Amino acid sequence: MTRSTAGPDAPTGPAGPAAPADERLARRSPLSGLLARPELGALLGAVAVFVFFSVVADAFLQATSFSTVLYAASTFGIMAVGVSLLMIGGEFDLSAGVMVTTSALLAALTAYQLTLNVWAGVAVSLVLTLALGMVNGLLYVNTRLPSFIITLATFFMLAGLNLGVTKAVTGNVASDSVRDMDGFDSARAVFASEVGIGDVEVNVTVFWWLGLVAVATWILLRTRTGNWIFAVGGDAGSARAVGVPVARTKVGLFMGVALCAWISGMHLVFAFATVQSGEGVGNEFFYIICAVIGGCLLTGGYGSAIGAAIGAFIFGMTNKGIVYAEWNPDWFKFFLGAMLLVAAMVNLIVRRRVERSA
Amino acid sequence: MTDTGTPPLVRLTGVGKSHGTVIALRDVDLEADAGEVTCVLGDNGAGKSTLIKIIAGLHRHDAGTYEVAGEPVAFGSPRDALDRGIATVYQDLAVVPLMPVWRNFFLGSERRRGIGRLDTRFMRETTRAELAAMGIDLRDVDQPIGTLSGGERQCVAIARAVYFGAKALVLDEPTAALGVKQAGVVLRYIVQARERGLAVIFITHNPHHAYPVGDRFLILNRGRSAGYHGKDEITREELTALMAGGAELEQLAHELDAAGSTGSAGSASAARRLTEEAERLGLTREAE
Repeated sequence: MTRSTAGPDAPTGPAGPAAPADERLARRSPLSGLLARPELGALLGAVAVFVFFSVVADAFLQATSFSTVLYAASTFGIMAVGVSLLMIGGEFDLSAGVMVTTSALLAALTAYQLTLNVWAGVAVSLVLTLALGMVNGLLYVNTRLPSFIITLATFFMLAGLNLGVTKAVTGNVASDSVRDMDGFDSARAVFASEVGIGDVEVNVTVFWWLGLVAVATWILLRTRTGNWIFAVGGDAGSARAVGVPVARTKVGLFMGVALCAWISGMHLVFAFATVQSGEGVGNEFFYIICAVIGGCLLTGGYGSAIGAAIGAFIFGMTNKGIVYAEWNPDWFKFFLGAMLLVAAMVNLIVRRRVERSA
Repeated sequence: MTDTGTPPLVRLTGVGKSHGTVIALRDVDLEADAGEVTCVLGDNGAGKSTLIKIIAGLHRHDAGTYEVAGEPVAFGSPRDALDRGIATVYQDLAVVPLMPVWRNFFLGSERRRGIGRLDTRFMRETTRAELAAMGIDLRDVDQPIGTLSGGERQCVAIARAVYFGAKALVLDEPTAALGVKQAGVVLRYIVQARERGLAVIFITHNPHHAYPVGDRFLILNRGRSAGYHGKDEITREELTALMAGGAELEQLAHELDAAGSTGSAGSASAARRLTEEAERLGLTREAE
């Protein structure tokens, strides 16, 4: 509280005598402006990974392989959209992985057990999955416990519910097949079909993914809500002081993750017709990795949906590239971990650069 | 600037506040009128924060009256105070360091075109223009606000309050964490805000920052008023004497000394004035 808090490096003016110019001038070259983009590190990484697998795996550059890579990227990329927005808003969701399975089970079990049109299951699942996201969010804003702890708890609870309820209802670890039920074909067309582009079949999830990235980017950069997301992640106290509805924004972000989980869950149901109740555990980390590789800061307030999409693309390339290179897929996780480490260090540098004088 | 007949913009009469058994503030009077700066001085724990929070709408006073333009008020939230034109710039400034200057400027009061869509061009240009009107020439309103100096950030926060219709501006220790040159910049904006017809309530524990800009001085000590004077009723020496803390003054002398030796860069006129005043006070240069 005393004046000494200003410290020795208090901005008492330029040190040298020959500094009549503004002290801000040196700080922002075009290069550092580019370096400050959250996506830059991810983009360079994506180029490097692409070149690497193009060289070591002959099959990698074929159009069909590329479609496979995009599909792998999209299945994680869809979730990475919601997770990256949540991380920009300063929170984690560890329940995201099993929530996808929960959402899929909700649709499959509801439709099968009540012998309904599958679209009814889809609708029930949407409502209940969004409610799950809302529960995560409300628990967070009302308890002020770290979201890490809250969603760790809901992660285990959902994982247990998935198994327990499925076994209780079906007597099995998987849901019954909904393939022959009313509406399956139309739902499959929406959530799990292949779309021909030229002579290449691309899974519809790729379009869901790109659409979500576009919408999320628009929200982040061009809407008031986006402004609030950055603000609640960057400094929730300041945001509250200028009238940003912090609690509402955070709950909305958890529900955004739930919405993405619903889309992913519907893909699971209509791609495979049955849902394995133990699936999804561990995937939450892949989503977070996509977001971090894409430039989201773990501490919030910084990042982009496009970056997370590039992160998911790197993820897809590595995942499938290792197969095309005919390596042991066990190495995939090693690569993933190494990339996460590099990405986190790049982010650290970015943050220091941006916040140097803060 | 105002008729003497009209009530002042902000008037506190016999205001008090207790937190449980702790009496944080007791029987304090204060007025702030358009085109005037009212300084609130006091050491740590003197009740400055409590007073601000009452004015800003964060706390409700439990004794005395709080009038805005002659009308008694009891604010339930800072938003209520803002609606009456009373804006508070806190020490932490309520800015988000990683966000661009223009996004910070409009945060919480974003301007939109159509449903949900931000009018980014308007907000960028307005931010640039408003800061220019305060004498800050930013090359790039897209730079994160964290890259600005402390004084500049303070000025952005002040400009924001002024733009959003503040009639009275409460500044919570705006110079506390700043070096002398930066403090001089902020003092200049306080004067500018006054000249734009705002009522300014300037909280500080530094009489040398308060005296050159203030029209009225309220000195708080242990939650009570230790003096409330117009500028013509009190000298700088008396004001300084009313404030506790000799060590603090000694340190100030060093800082003023440092400002004097870096020469006369453009915005340092207020700092220079402060230096001269300090020398007149006999706060000598021990380092030499």
